[in-house]
Parts: sequence; structure tokens; C-alpha cells
Amino acid sequence: MQAMIETEADLSEVIAGASGPLTVVGGGTRLIGLTAGQVLATEGLSGVRLYEPGALTLVAGAGTPLGEIEALLATEGQALAFEPMDHRGLLGQTGAPSVGGMVAANVSGPRRVKAGACRDFLLGVRFVDGSGRILKNGGRVMKNVTGYDLAKLMAGSFGTLGVLSEVSLKVLPRAETSTSVLIEGLGAADAVRAMGMALGSPFDISAAAHAPIGPEGAATTMLRLEGFQQSVAYRAGRLRDHLREFGSIEIEVSHEKSTDIWRWVRDVQAFHASKGDVWRIVVKPTDGPEVGKRLVERFAAGLVFDQGGGLIWVLVPAGSDARAVLSGIEGHARIERASNETKAKLGVFPRQNALVERLSAGLRAKFDPRGILNPGLMDAL
Amino acid sequence: MEMPVPRLRLLANKAHIVCRLREVLSKAAVIEHATETRAYECDALSAYRCPPLAVVLPSTTAEVSEVLKICHQEGVPVVPRGAGTSLAGGALPTADCVVLGVAKLNQVIKIDYDNRFIRVGSGRTNLSVTGAVEERGFFYAPDPSSQLACVIAGNVAMNSGGAHCLKYGVTTNNLLGVTMVLMDGSVVEIGGEYADAAGLDLLGLICGSEGQLGVVTEASLRILHQPEGARPVMIGFDSSEAAGACVSDIIRAGVLPVAIEFMDRPCIRATEAFAGAGYPDVEALLIIEVEGAVSEIDFQLGKIVEIAKAHDPVEIRESRSAEESARIWAGRKAAFGAMGQINDYMCLDGTIPVSQLPLVLRRIRELSGQYGLDVGNVFHAGDGNMHPLILYDANKPGDLEKCEKMGADILRLCVEVGGCLTGEHGVGVEKRDLMHVQYSKDDLEVQLAVKDVFDPEWLLNPAKVFPLAITRGRRERVV
Repeated sequence: MQAMIETEADLSEVIAGASGPLTVVGGGTRLIGLTAGQVLATEGLSGVRLYEPGALTLVAGAGTPLGEIEALLATEGQALAFEPMDHRGLLGQTGAPSVGGMVAANVSGPRRVKAGACRDFLLGVRFVDGSGRILKNGGRVMKNVTGYDLAKLMAGSFGTLGVLSEVSLKVLPRAETSTSVLIEGLGAADAVRAMGMALGSPFDISAAAHAPIGPEGAATTMLRLEGFQQSVAYRAGRLRDHLREFGSIEIEVSHEKSTDIWRWVRDVQAFHASKGDVWRIVVKPTDGPEVGKRLVERFAAGLVFDQGGGLIWVLVPAGSDARAVLSGIEGHARIERASNETKAKLGVFPRQNALVERLSAGLRAKFDPRGILNPGLMDAL
Repeated sequence: MEMPVPRLRLLANKAHIVCRLREVLSKAAVIEHATETRAYECDALSAYRCPPLAVVLPSTTAEVSEVLKICHQEGVPVVPRGAGTSLAGGALPTADCVVLGVAKLNQVIKIDYDNRFIRVGSGRTNLSVTGAVEERGFFYAPDPSSQLACVIAGNVAMNSGGAHCLKYGVTTNNLLGVTMVLMDGSVVEIGGEYADAAGLDLLGLICGSEGQLGVVTEASLRILHQPEGARPVMIGFDSSEAAGACVSDIIRAGVLPVAIEFMDRPCIRATEAFAGAGYPDVEALLIIEVEGAVSEIDFQLGKIVEIAKAHDPVEIRESRSAEESARIWAGRKAAFGAMGQINDYMCLDGTIPVSQLPLVLRRIRELSGQYGLDVGNVFHAGDGNMHPLILYDANKPGDLEKCEKMGADILRLCVEVGGCLTGEHGVGVEKRDLMHVQYSKDDLEVQLAVKDVFDPEWLLNPAKVFPLAITRGRRERVV
């Protein structure tokens, strides 16, 4: 363990002087990929550098605890609109998630279906590459096409291209209230159809999920509406009429209860207490039911569908290869929780087409010529 | 505007290059006669012109691949071209290049309402993407002002925005996947029909790369259902400062309009004379549009008006009907044309933090006095994306140079206050030599390294985006 990194210059010095592989760690709550190197902790790069509520902009050191940022935004009635998932319950971690880790893993939540992912709210980055160069890209303004968009590239690169030192994020007003429209008893195929009809309506759905075993036990399809009180009430009514064919529809008007439901979905609470591996599968929504069917037939898997069916959280017996069910279906599967043996055996990240793999490897060779930043972390088998 | 010296080797080899291109394309799809290539000598930044060696208009991804393979083998630079509406000179040719126009790749390939996306050829116009899905009430959200003419290839290359991106985001936020041809002719699929990348976000990297990494031939785009309705309110102020403060307060209050447009007095007067939209003669005007059901619109407009009243507005005009809405928008939509009636103009595109609006507007006024050139401001205020229009006389010797100098000063100011050189138009050739104002040597070097990965020979749109001096070694490498 090296000395605490407190400035960008420290970070640059440590990376430039490193003689072997480094494992980059923010809050240490989302250790998804496999790494083996000396730990490089960014927690010392902490602190909100700028917050302008009227410009919807926040700039913070990469090591800043996410909780601190969310609390600060709440004082102004604002929030991170992409609703980043908290991995701690699912992965059994206890640390404090950092904003840099969130960006490095491009972590989003149920509102992704409407607002976009973490990468869509990333206005700019500062980072240190594998040679120790201090670099920046983007900035702190909402529209910026000056040069290549390396901020997007850094989001979701899991520290394999550089170590983030500072991030700029677009924030949005927190909704005045939320309401959940709930349908019980649907199978996955009907649920995805209902979610598709809702998401394709003018009623501005901010989340759409389905769980064969929902928060209260029964199969539940969940749709969220957010905004001003009066608007939410109106749209909930219209949405109920719109989805009449799917049977009895309950409207949960309590903002607190609705918040609990979506935290359950966001953090995949359904699998917190269960043993087994957890996979994260992304497909186009209408392929969701077929993928789910195969997973249940093959592994008796537990499922939670988010993003209208396009994101499937999967619980399978330890060591199962959930990725195998994707044959013939466009999409990708990542191991979110498993033993290191299983991760090593099946590969955490999926294989991509040969050209994309070649271009990705080419980029890594430019950003990290010595191959010392989380080496191999995103490599497929 | 400095451009690379054309390579005599290529100019001398024209007949051979054209002959090879004709082997893979139909006769009409290869344009080489000087009278015809002239049509491609510039884009919407028409101050700079240069006819290319030849123009090709392929109809399929396979043809694009064949063309690029040949140009790669022959060492010919390729300038990709969408509809040629770039305001930054993104499609400006060099005399030794082949212009690759994607206009014929304009089909709708697939519409998937259940998964809410459409896949189109990249030569399809922005507006006709919406046109293909509007019968079912859907639309494609990014709406650059040139949407009637501009095509998706250019939108992806420049990561185009529009008036409504405050709510819906820009191109990169609405793009699911592309088919792209690399300079060596290989065809790569990036992204797909689902959200989020499996590995590195190459899609995010390609969007906004100004045609320097590959030629996008197909794109899958997110489509949304139209809201039940939309209505604007127009608010006049007797100072730009008051208008700027009002914008900030609206955003802070938790209302998220789909558009907040700003015009200053010179622009208002010009558009009144041109379009007669009935705008008041005030120092600054905001047009703010909200969406939703009737009751939602009333509620949101009520809130906006309440906030605006605290800033001593001179006039508030809430639209009550579709006709009134159209009238309110008529002037804004005619603004560029109206300014063009007065004189030649140069349209800037810097973005600033919204909080810096009053300061930047004041400094622009001062610069205008200093240089003796009039400036009109019309822009997307909600996201700080400014469009100062500097008026000059193209026939007056020295006026263009003076205008460019003043533009550079304004863009430096944008960077100084925490903003950037370009919010939605792109760097092209226009802002190429200002890149060092925003980025350090290393910041630029890492971007050049990205291009090295996709296009090691630096043949794709090579003279754009970066100062020529720092790319010379790469562009002139003998291969």
C-alpha cells in the first residue's frame, strides 16, 4: 500500500513510478471485475469542487463519497437523474461508494430508461493515464462537441484507460413526487408488452420493471410516474386506462412507498439474501421474455426485469454459465456477483465482435502502453 | 484558412484513381469533371472553398467499403459528407481528396415500435426520420435548425443538438448503434438494438468525432412518443442580465422546459423586419416551451410566469392556441435568415455556464464596439449554448479577417469563463486553430492517439479538428 493520494499530482507520480500492475479502487463497493495488482486508492481525491444549482452542474474529486454528493444535491432539491444503483447489498460490501467508481463502472438505475445512463450525464473528466500524464476532456457545460468525447469513453472503462481524478456531472431537479402503477400476476411476455405500451405512450414513464416474485411476493409489473403532484395524478389515471387490457391495476400514490419499490428494483434487493451467482444481461426489451424463459428452464433462475425488459438481473446456482442462453440473441451478459473461480472460468465481461475487440485493445495500448491499469479486467475469455 | 498543400502525386494520378473507383461504383456515382465537383467545393461555411479530386456517391455499405479500400491503397484522403450543412467546414475538401457523400444511403431499414428505435441509412435527413414514425405518434428528438436538410451521418459526426435538447439530449444520448466503415474498408458494428455497451463505449467516442474515425453508413436511433401537447410563453426584459437571471431561477425552481431560447435587441429588430412575429422591442426576449397535457402545461407555464414576474418583465405573452404558438416561434425560427438579410454573418457556437450569461453578453457588446462590427445574439439559453452572429461585409476587404478575429476573442472568452469552443456545430476547420485554448498539448495528443487507432494513415478528414501544425507529422508520414 503506497502513501495516500491527495492530489492529481500525487496520482500522476504514483502511476508514473509504478513498476507493476495497479488495482484501481474508489470506494471499493463495486468490485466486479477480477484484478491482481497493488491497490491504488483514490479516496483521498475527495471533495465537491463546484456546485451551481442554477446551471445544473456539479464538479467533484473522483474519491468523493456519493452519499456526500447526493446529500448536497438534496439541499437544493436536485439529484443524479440516472439514479445510480447501490451495489453494497448485492455484493455484500460495506464501504462508501465514490463518484469516480460510479463513473468508471457507468452505474445507472431504473430511470435510465427515460433519462439515460451515467455516461449521458457526464460533462467532463480529468484523469491520469497509464504513463502518468494528467489529462482532461469535456468540461462543465451541458453542450460540448469540442474534440473527441473521451469522457464517454472513460465512463464504463473500469479504470483500464486511466484513473479518474475529477468528474463533472449534469444534475437535474428532483421530482416533486412519484407514483407507481402496479399490475399483479402478469407473465414476462405480457409484462414486457405492457411496459412497452407504457414506454411508448405520451405519459412520460420514468421507470418500468417486472419481477416474477415482486417486492410483496406476487408477480408484479411496476411503472413509475414522476413530476408535479397534479401532473402525476393525471398521467397515472390515463396510464391505467391505456393498460386496461392487462387486468386490475393498482396505483400506489404514496411517494415513500413508491420510493421503496424503486430502491428495491434499483439495488436488486430480491437477490440480497439469496445464495448463488448474479448476472446482468442486456438485450432488446422484446427479447427479454425468451431469455428469461431459457434461464428458468436451464437454471431455475430468479429474475428481475428492469428497463422495460431490456435489463435482466439473473440469480443462478453458483458456477452456472448464464451467458450461454444468449445464443442467437443480440445482447450481452456480465457477471455481477460470483466467486473468483467462477469469474476466472467464465469471464466477467462478454466477448464482442473481433473488430470492436481490436479497436478496444488498440485504445488501451495508447492510454496505458505498459498495461498496468487494472490489466485484463475487461477482457473476455 | 490554411489547408494542407495538395499532394502532386495524387493530382497526377487522378485518372487512375477515378478509373479504379468506377470499377466498384456505377458511372453516375463517380463525379470527376470540374464543373460537377464544384457543387461539393464547400459546405455551409461557404467562405472557404476547394473543389475535390473526385466525388463518390455510394449506395450501400459494401460500396462504401470498396471505395475506402481503394482510397486506402492509393493513399488518397477521404472527406465524408452528409448534406453539406456544416457551419464549421467539416466537409470542406482539399484538392487531392475524394469526397464521399452518403446521400444515397437514405433508406429506412427497420422500425421497431415495441423496442422504440428506428434503423436508417445515414444519408437520411433528420426530419424524415421523424417523418417515418410520426403516423404512430413518435419522433426522433434531436432537432438541429437545419433538420430539413441535414442527415444522420452528419448529426452523428458532429453530435448535433437542437432547440429541444435541454429535455431530450443531443445525438449521443439518442443513438443505440451504428454500422461504420473504417478507412481500410473493414465494416464494424458498434452498439446494437439495446442500451449500453458491453465493453468500452466506442459509440460514445464515435459520436462527435467529425468523420475522422470512420464512415457511418447505418444508425439505430431511439424514438419517443410525442407529448400530448406543447406551448410556449414569450417574456420580454429590459436587460439581458434580468433575462439571464430568470433562466437560472426557472431551472433552479425544478421546472424543466423543453426549450429556453434567448434573443437580444439586434436580433429581435432584424426578425421583426423580416418575419413580423409581433415581438416587443425589448433588450432581451425569452421563448420558453413546456410540454405535456393541457393541465400540466398550464401548471408549468404558471410557475414560469410567477418566477419571471420577479425579474420585472416588460411583457409576458402566454400562447393560448396553436396559432399563437406558431407566431411566437416564427421570429425565432427566422432569426438566422433575418440576420442574413442585413449582412453576411458568422455564427459562433460556444457554450458557457448559464451563470456567466450576463457577463459574457456584456463582454460581447464591448468587443462589438471595439471591432466596429454589430452582433446579434440568439441562442439556447437553458444549456448555455450561445450563437453570437457577427455581421460583416464579405465584399469589404479585411472585414472577414476582422470578423474572424473577433469571433476568436469571443470563443476565448467562452473558455475563460468555464465553457467551450463549440456546443453543437463542431470544430471542423473553423475552430481548429483555437483548440489549444481549451486543451493542453497532452489533452490533444491523446485525441490524436485515438485517431491513430482507427485510421493509422490519417486519411479520413485529416485536416480538421486539430491545429495543422500538431498533425503534420502524422498526415505527411510516407506509407
